[in-house]
Amino acid sequence: MDAVERASIDASTRGPVLFFLGNAVLWLLAATVLGLVTSIQLHQPRFLADIPFLTYGRLWPAYTNIITYGWASLAGMGVAIWLMARLCRVPVRFGGVLIVGAVFWQIGLTFGIINILAGRTTGIEWLEIPGTSAALMLVGYALVGLWGMLLFGLRKESSAYISVWYLLGAFVWFPWVFATAHLTKTLPQMQGVVQNIIAAWASHSFLSVWVTAVGLAIAYYLIPKIVNRPIFSYNVAAIGFGTFILCAGLTGAVRLSGGPVPAWLVTLSISANILLLVQIVTVAVNLVATMHDRYHMVYHSPTLRFTFFGVVAFLVGSVFGLLASLRSVDRILHFTQFQNAQLHIVLYAFFSMVIFGAIYYILPRLVGCEWLSASLITMHFYGSAYGGGTLISMLAFGGIASGLSFNDPDATFAQIVQMGAVYLPGASIGWVLIALGHLIFALHFLLMLLRIGQPGGQPTLFAPLEEQTH
Amino acid sequence: MKSSLSLFALIIGSFALSCYALVVIPQKQIGGLQPHFTEEEGKVVDPYPVRNRGVAERGRQVYKSEGCIYCHSQQVRDVQNGSDLERGWGERRTVARDYVFEQPPLLGSTRLGPDLANIGSAKWRNESTDPDDKRKPVKRDAAWQLLHLYEPQAIIKESNMPPYRYLFQTRKISGQRSAEALNLTGDDAPEDGYEVVPTAAAKDLVGYLMSLDRSHALPEVKSTAPAAAAK
Repeated sequence: MDAVERASIDASTRGPVLFFLGNAVLWLLAATVLGLVTSIQLHQPRFLADIPFLTYGRLWPAYTNIITYGWASLAGMGVAIWLMARLCRVPVRFGGVLIVGAVFWQIGLTFGIINILAGRTTGIEWLEIPGTSAALMLVGYALVGLWGMLLFGLRKESSAYISVWYLLGAFVWFPWVFATAHLTKTLPQMQGVVQNIIAAWASHSFLSVWVTAVGLAIAYYLIPKIVNRPIFSYNVAAIGFGTFILCAGLTGAVRLSGGPVPAWLVTLSISANILLLVQIVTVAVNLVATMHDRYHMVYHSPTLRFTFFGVVAFLVGSVFGLLASLRSVDRILHFTQFQNAQLHIVLYAFFSMVIFGAIYYILPRLVGCEWLSASLITMHFYGSAYGGGTLISMLAFGGIASGLSFNDPDATFAQIVQMGAVYLPGASIGWVLIALGHLIFALHFLLMLLRIGQPGGQPTLFAPLEEQTH
Repeated sequence: MKSSLSLFALIIGSFALSCYALVVIPQKQIGGLQPHFTEEEGKVVDPYPVRNRGVAERGRQVYKSEGCIYCHSQQVRDVQNGSDLERGWGERRTVARDYVFEQPPLLGSTRLGPDLANIGSAKWRNESTDPDDKRKPVKRDAAWQLLHLYEPQAIIKESNMPPYRYLFQTRKISGQRSAEALNLTGDDAPEDGYEVVPTAAAKDLVGYLMSLDRSHALPEVKSTAPAAAAK
């Protein structure tokens, strides 16, 4: 593929991709505010406690819905469209359909968030939004998913790259699980804890399948591109993908470990988690062997720095997730803030960082100018990396401390609360750093949309590079 | 992954498997669970669980819309899975049959506060006090719950629970002080001539909490709880 063809395909994605990413950044800012507020409420219980729609019990589900369906989904779809067009070598036609999809999605989501804040929730964790919202979002997603499939059908590249496997998995997975979960919620014959099992299946695999697939698809594309070396091994990646697609959808029941559900379900999910070790190893092997002796490039390329951080977080988070699902560990960490730490490792330290990396790569190619300032990118990285790191480690330590104390039956509940409470202000400090990073990022993003940047045509790097790598 | 057909077959096959294992089979296995009852002379005696009605059902809606599930679980785990039973949070572990009438079951996944699966049971309410118990459990009846809802830290100093003052109303005492008015002292007490009374939502919520009792014996689970006050 020559540079002219690549540029024309990039240009065909401009409208829809900028629309998806721009809206995603707005949702990210909303999620940041809610993340910080709910974090403060955990150690300052009186904070906003007198305003019904701003209490923790309503803001927390609003936060989880916004960060997953507002930020992660929209940003993931935006990058996925761009990546699919490039990898299939097909320009996007009728991009307006994609924009309509994004509009449907966001109307549904906004309606859902309003309902949650007003106290009209389904009461099922992670599936709080009403059926109307879900239906609107599904229509929006169907348009995007169909367009993705269409690009694949029209492809000019006969062999599909690793990223395409993962993207197709994500495109197929989402409507299937989202529709099943929201439909069964309304069926009268789905009674009792079956609803919780379905919710665990749907919400856990949103992270373990959709988020993971899109994040890895992007990383498998960007890292070889930037270090300027083909991926180390297709076969290793194929083994990893096969394990992933077979096992990741089976891991959901770990969320109900020890609960009032058939024990074999939990055993199945733990086994699937252990098998996923194969995928973790393949990703690690490909990362290490592809980056071999070019690690120094993370000091030059913003995209590589964010993406590399994300993949390392994926590896660390997956291993922690696996360990935490084992029954002997789960009995300590279940019900604690450790689960929250795991959520943020996957959704933030892995996925969001990879998305940031992708945005730093894609945007200059869509708007025609380079990022204004390397220092702003550096500050964003520090805010997100140190803030995210602080948040996740504080939640993890707090979870471990209160979990250990919880398993001592002589400890009163007040003592358990105090064991974990020590770490909660630290989590809020993490959120403040994240918020600063996101503000800088959003500002920089806005400047790019206004075409305020460096016109030179040379990528904005942290430090100049001796050789041309793009 | 050379042929796109085999790629699609792999993706769809795997997801079908996941859907079958985690949705279809569980529904077949426990989707048809019925309440437990004994038959005496052809009559149904002592059915459990029973469907929530009236106050308990209205209170359940309040519990749901205020998002209590994000801090409180309603599931008691067995001894090998933690200290729930030793802690006195239930007579036995909870099982699928406990939740057959709940749309949906409010199991909860986080314990920023204690488990509430049995908060209405005699043991949690501590109404029969054991003189030998060194802990001197407080009586946790409906009045205690209302006070706790209004000002958690007044009762448990270390509590991290937010106060739910908007479920109460501060009003001028007209004539006699209402029997429902909270007995508040110190900084929490209203001005002279005023009283704090629970709204209908607060009363429903506490009615629901008082209805939570999953200690009824079931054939599929053995009672293993050591005798201890709930803490």
